[in-house]
Amino acid sequence: MSTLREPTRGTRLVLAFPVGMLAVFFLVPFAIMLATSFYHRIEGGFYTPAFELDSWRRLLQPVFIERTLFSIGICLLAGAVCIAVAFPFTYFLTRMRRRPHVTLLVLILSALALSEVIVGFAWSVLLGRAAGLSNVLVWLGLMGEPRAYQPSFLAVLVGLCYIAFPYCVLTLYPQLTRLDPELTEAAQTMGASPWKTFWTVVVPIGRPIILAGFLLAFVFTLGSYLIPAFLGRPEHWTLSVFISDQATFNANVPFAAAMALFLTALSLGVVGLVTWIEGRTRR
Amino acid sequence: MDARARGSLRLEGLVKRFGEVEAVAGVTLDLPPGKLISFLGPSGCGKTTTLRMIAGLERPTEGRIYLDGEDITDRPPHLRDIGMVFQTLALFPHLSVAGNIGYGLRIRGVPRAEIDRRVNELLALVSLQGLGDRRISQLSGGQRQRVATARALALEPRLFLLDEPLSALDANLREQLQVELRLLQQKLGITTIMVTHDQREAMTMSDLVVVMNQGRIEQVGEPLEVYRRPETAFVASFIGRTNLLRGEAADGVVRIAGRPFEVDRAVTAGPVTISVRPEDAHLSTTQTPERNALPGRVVFVRDLGELFECYVDCGLGEPVVVAGSPRERVHVEQGQPVGVTFPREACVVVEA
Repeated sequence: MSTLREPTRGTRLVLAFPVGMLAVFFLVPFAIMLATSFYHRIEGGFYTPAFELDSWRRLLQPVFIERTLFSIGICLLAGAVCIAVAFPFTYFLTRMRRRPHVTLLVLILSALALSEVIVGFAWSVLLGRAAGLSNVLVWLGLMGEPRAYQPSFLAVLVGLCYIAFPYCVLTLYPQLTRLDPELTEAAQTMGASPWKTFWTVVVPIGRPIILAGFLLAFVFTLGSYLIPAFLGRPEHWTLSVFISDQATFNANVPFAAAMALFLTALSLGVVGLVTWIEGRTRR
Repeated sequence: MDARARGSLRLEGLVKRFGEVEAVAGVTLDLPPGKLISFLGPSGCGKTTTLRMIAGLERPTEGRIYLDGEDITDRPPHLRDIGMVFQTLALFPHLSVAGNIGYGLRIRGVPRAEIDRRVNELLALVSLQGLGDRRISQLSGGQRQRVATARALALEPRLFLLDEPLSALDANLREQLQVELRLLQQKLGITTIMVTHDQREAMTMSDLVVVMNQGRIEQVGEPLEVYRRPETAFVASFIGRTNLLRGEAADGVVRIAGRPFEVDRAVTAGPVTISVRPEDAHLSTTQTPERNALPGRVVFVRDLGELFECYVDCGLGEPVVVAGSPRERVHVEQGQPVGVTFPREACVVVEA
């Protein structure tokens, strides 16, 4: 264990930079947004400083409550699907030989270079009728004629999972690489098949990182607004879509600010709740 | 099947290559049931790889493994009926002590009450009564070692495999647990294979020692036999300490530094190396005998109270070490001319 030392002047100087950046580019905008959410909106795109609760009150409309529940629901689902695929994937990745291991990892990480716009368009083409995946099925003779799978709930879910997947892998990777192979070997010498070993040793030991990856995917997809807008109908839109809609098209910045703050508080709330439940159920 | 034949193991021409590297280069061995056998050798000698092939954790490149006459070479580890203690112990951090010990039983679907009964039995066996509910992180090193042992024995396996099982412990505790583990093994009469690089550990615990070097078996024998009658220079110097004396044999007589030596067996003409244990050599401060002795000068004296050691430069390059108990202590001083005698029966030919 290292002991904490009194920071020297040099340390302070080095620390000043990230602290300063955080203050200027996170705290200040956050404070501005908080203030804006109470401002008075003027029809036609402007707002003046004031203190009124109109924007916040609008959040209580049934349509927004319903959107909120939908957003949380679809993002929890996306997080669950993501982690359910990413955990076994990453586990087997870390157990591979070096060459395919590195190749796959690089491939996964290169998906991070794609902007959400490109991912959204790509999926909308892939799930579309003109040049989509269904054409392959038709070509294989498995389907009569091509059809479109978007816009739909499933298309949004697929898109959200796609953008969150590399982050899930990145969260799981360091820990799973460090998982002592002797643990799974020990289970096998005691009669556990590879499948049983995975469920009785790897998953329980990985529980904290499974939760971390799940929450990351949840928060990350909750912030995505392009994917639901591209791949879903309005009834599949999440709160993020409405925020960007209000800010850019309706030019209602105070309301967008209130919604954004609400969404932040909401995701923090869900993260807190899930962590609390996990802590209680762990022996 | 005859109960006494349970756990007899036969290795037939085992080879394991990792790419270009040959970790195990042809090991053939018959291991008797109910005994404790040590694979002893320096790191990288292939002992752990051999053990892992027996456990099924490594697939042999060539060769077969038979357990009680049955070919188990292609059987996955979970169907092999073995118990193993790993070098890192590999205790499950997410389970309690009882959960770890009962893991194999739970996997097998043994009823809850039966598991509890058996776990308590095993806890008693390794003197950990009442600690079943502890978490692994709350245990000391010695207690963890005992949990790993109990866990490996829970399913009453045919083979008990130990991969450097005590290497994580400090010296005193290690010696204590060596005795405990050996007594436990004798009580259960289970065929046990232990990998170790510590010759003291192997001597303390084994019925049979298999000395390995560079992927091959150098010698198999009972501990004292291997110590007293090493067959190669490697075995002589790896098991305990020794003085290796190089000379020439001609007309049935060995000459070392020009002096005649009688040795433990007949030798053919040519270069020859003999091994003499430090405790078998003697100092003489009077006249140096003509046969089986070398004159020299005391370089260094180490007197540890329980053990007395004298380093003598006999002009052979390396000093000859003479060791004895305090009762046999001969008073010598640094720089004093002395003679070192090597009794005939202690001169073991290791290379001829």
